[in-house]
Amino acid sequence: MAKLTIDELKKLKEQYKDKTHLREGGSTAKVTVHMGTCGLAAGSREIMDALLDEIQKANASEVMVTTSGCAGLCSREPMVTVEMLDESPVKYVDLTDEKIRKIFKEHIRGGKVVEEYALVRGCETSY
Amino acid sequence: MDKVRSNVMLCGGTGCIATGSLKVKDALVTELKKHKLYDQITVTLTGCNGFCAQGPLVTVFPEGIFYEKLTADDIPFLVEEHFLKGRPVEKFMYKAPEDKSAVPAISEIPFFKHQVLRALRNKGIIDPEKIEEYIARDGYMAAAKALTEMKPEDVVKEMKESGLRGRGGAGFPTGLKWELCAMSKGDLKYILCNGDEGDPGAFMDRSIMEADPHVVLEGMIIAAKAIGASKGYIYVRAEYPLAVERLQKAIDQAKDYGLLGENILNTGFNLDIELYLGAGAFVCGEETALMRSLEGKRGMPIPRPPFPAQKGLWGKPTVLNNVETYANIPPIILNGGEWYKSLGTEKSTGTKVFALTGAVNNIGLIEVPMGIPLRTIIYDIGGGIRKGRKFKAVQLGGPSGGCVPEHLLDTPVTYEDIVQTGAIVGSGGMVVMDDYNCMVSVARFFLDFTTEESCGKCPPCRIGTKVMRDKLADITEGRGQEGDVELLQDLAKDIINTSLCGLGQTAPNPILTTIKYFKDEYESHIHDKWCKAGVCTDLATFYIDEEACKGCTVCAKNCPQECIAGEKKKPHIIDQEKCVKCRTCYEKCKFNAVKVGPANMFDKKDEEVQV
Repeated sequence: MAKLTIDELKKLKEQYKDKTHLREGGSTAKVTVHMGTCGLAAGSREIMDALLDEIQKANASEVMVTTSGCAGLCSREPMVTVEMLDESPVKYVDLTDEKIRKIFKEHIRGGKVVEEYALVRGCETSY
Repeated sequence: MDKVRSNVMLCGGTGCIATGSLKVKDALVTELKKHKLYDQITVTLTGCNGFCAQGPLVTVFPEGIFYEKLTADDIPFLVEEHFLKGRPVEKFMYKAPEDKSAVPAISEIPFFKHQVLRALRNKGIIDPEKIEEYIARDGYMAAAKALTEMKPEDVVKEMKESGLRGRGGAGFPTGLKWELCAMSKGDLKYILCNGDEGDPGAFMDRSIMEADPHVVLEGMIIAAKAIGASKGYIYVRAEYPLAVERLQKAIDQAKDYGLLGENILNTGFNLDIELYLGAGAFVCGEETALMRSLEGKRGMPIPRPPFPAQKGLWGKPTVLNNVETYANIPPIILNGGEWYKSLGTEKSTGTKVFALTGAVNNIGLIEVPMGIPLRTIIYDIGGGIRKGRKFKAVQLGGPSGGCVPEHLLDTPVTYEDIVQTGAIVGSGGMVVMDDYNCMVSVARFFLDFTTEESCGKCPPCRIGTKVMRDKLADITEGRGQEGDVELLQDLAKDIINTSLCGLGQTAPNPILTTIKYFKDEYESHIHDKWCKAGVCTDLATFYIDEEACKGCTVCAKNCPQECIAGEKKKPHIIDQEKCVKCRTCYEKCKFNAVKVGPANMFDKKDEEVQV
């Protein structure tokens, strides 16, 4: 292994920061991919893969990705819920590889809801 | 694709490995692969997380969800629910002792909430065997700064400004120690790390070496720059195999990257660091004894002066700092001494790591700002006394320390306030005791330890500790006499004043503090032949209070001697002839009906006790 100079040390730090940033907190966007039995059957794995691919390509360290179960509307799966900081959540339905990539670019990164794919804003009332 | 969405941090400290975390890891990897999630979710084995009593521990990021006491059998369910379907599993989460409701996030758990992590900042967050993860968290940036932007005197000045005091026990100001050595003339100087952690119950140094080995190396590089050392040794006990393994890996990785060895970071600065394994003698934690051991001689202290800063290892100027001290150094260099002393008190700055054990609900390793009251540590972080029992004392500082009673619980934890009570902060052992503990036995336990560990070089320690230990054995076994307490106090004074090193000078502390705060217990042992906690079995008789007994039969069912008789719902009775005083009934009874009386309470009046 090559001996490091200080600049190389700093470069190494930036490179590995990306791999450990999940442990630091500070996400400003959260995407929940619904992966209940219905979602999995309808192809939510491909949605997850496409989403992670986009995040990696864009080096979008502010986006946190998590999974959840069935959202209750099984016939419209695959679904994701996008929550931007200080905004109410938006649910997207009938997703495909291309659709989730567009949502990533326009909503998650661009801040503009992709209305044509969106089902609803907000959450159900719960006690 | 290597974009990951979640990091699973599994504790791989010695405590969690003992409770099975390696099996949990295998199961996690197998299950994640089965669900085709292994490329999205990483599993990292970290160093000690600190909450050892609840192991094996897992923290899931980015959510920060905390799972405890996992077994390999739990993993298939956990992976399917949490990682595939996104439903965190409540039944594996930490439960607060008082309400038994699951508390999900790590930031909401009282044990973690009151802590401020500086020395332990990387625990549970990085993989200790990957130097790149340490670098990602600003690792070696402080060393780079010290080597390029700072002169040795700047480093010393920053350390003095920070007010950092040695975390190994004596609390000597670190900056001053470095300054004294920097001023010493010598062609060769040594920088040493004391990883010979020996206090019973203290394990913060092991935890740092296991969880964050590079921080020790970085602290040593900065210290070497300050004093002008080119050779370093880490003295670590061989009983810490995981620490040894990880430190050696860290040294090898740092050498590969040119962070140790010649021309570090291309700055022209040289420092070589080697590990030296100690054989586990307590006295080798004393600095002059440690240096003799490193030289290959028998580990025994020598009188000071000359101090090691002038004449240390092989007669060369040497600085020895403790592991936890080194862990505090990189952030001080990066953020400044002013930042460091923003926490703590005027004379005790920053944070200190404590090993909290004994009769509290939450056992583990904690890091808190100096000046925090003992009460907050025991009742908030520690979650109070187990089984709803009554607090009696907290033992601070291990065999060199002392016991602090209830009425002093609001004492702030600082070097100077704790000394006022007769105890010391020491290396940070904190053993909480409830009213089932006998304070004379506690003193005897520590004296057993120091008597065993005395190196034998100076008579006050070699003979004095043995005489004190024997006297305590007399008192706890029923041979105590009038005047024993005064004799112990007198002897203690002489041993403190005349012993060669810290071992003997502090060995009487457990006796002196227990006499100071619990003299009534010594007196009842000596005069009444009565150990009221029922620990000294020669001085106790267990009997059942007929009025308090509900006849629940729990004592009778649990008695290993089967010497408790009685019908349901009627008072029970212990057959004193057969009772071996194992205390089982005393601990099991929910109605406090089992009482402890003096040794001779059932003796017939006409049988004179033979002396």
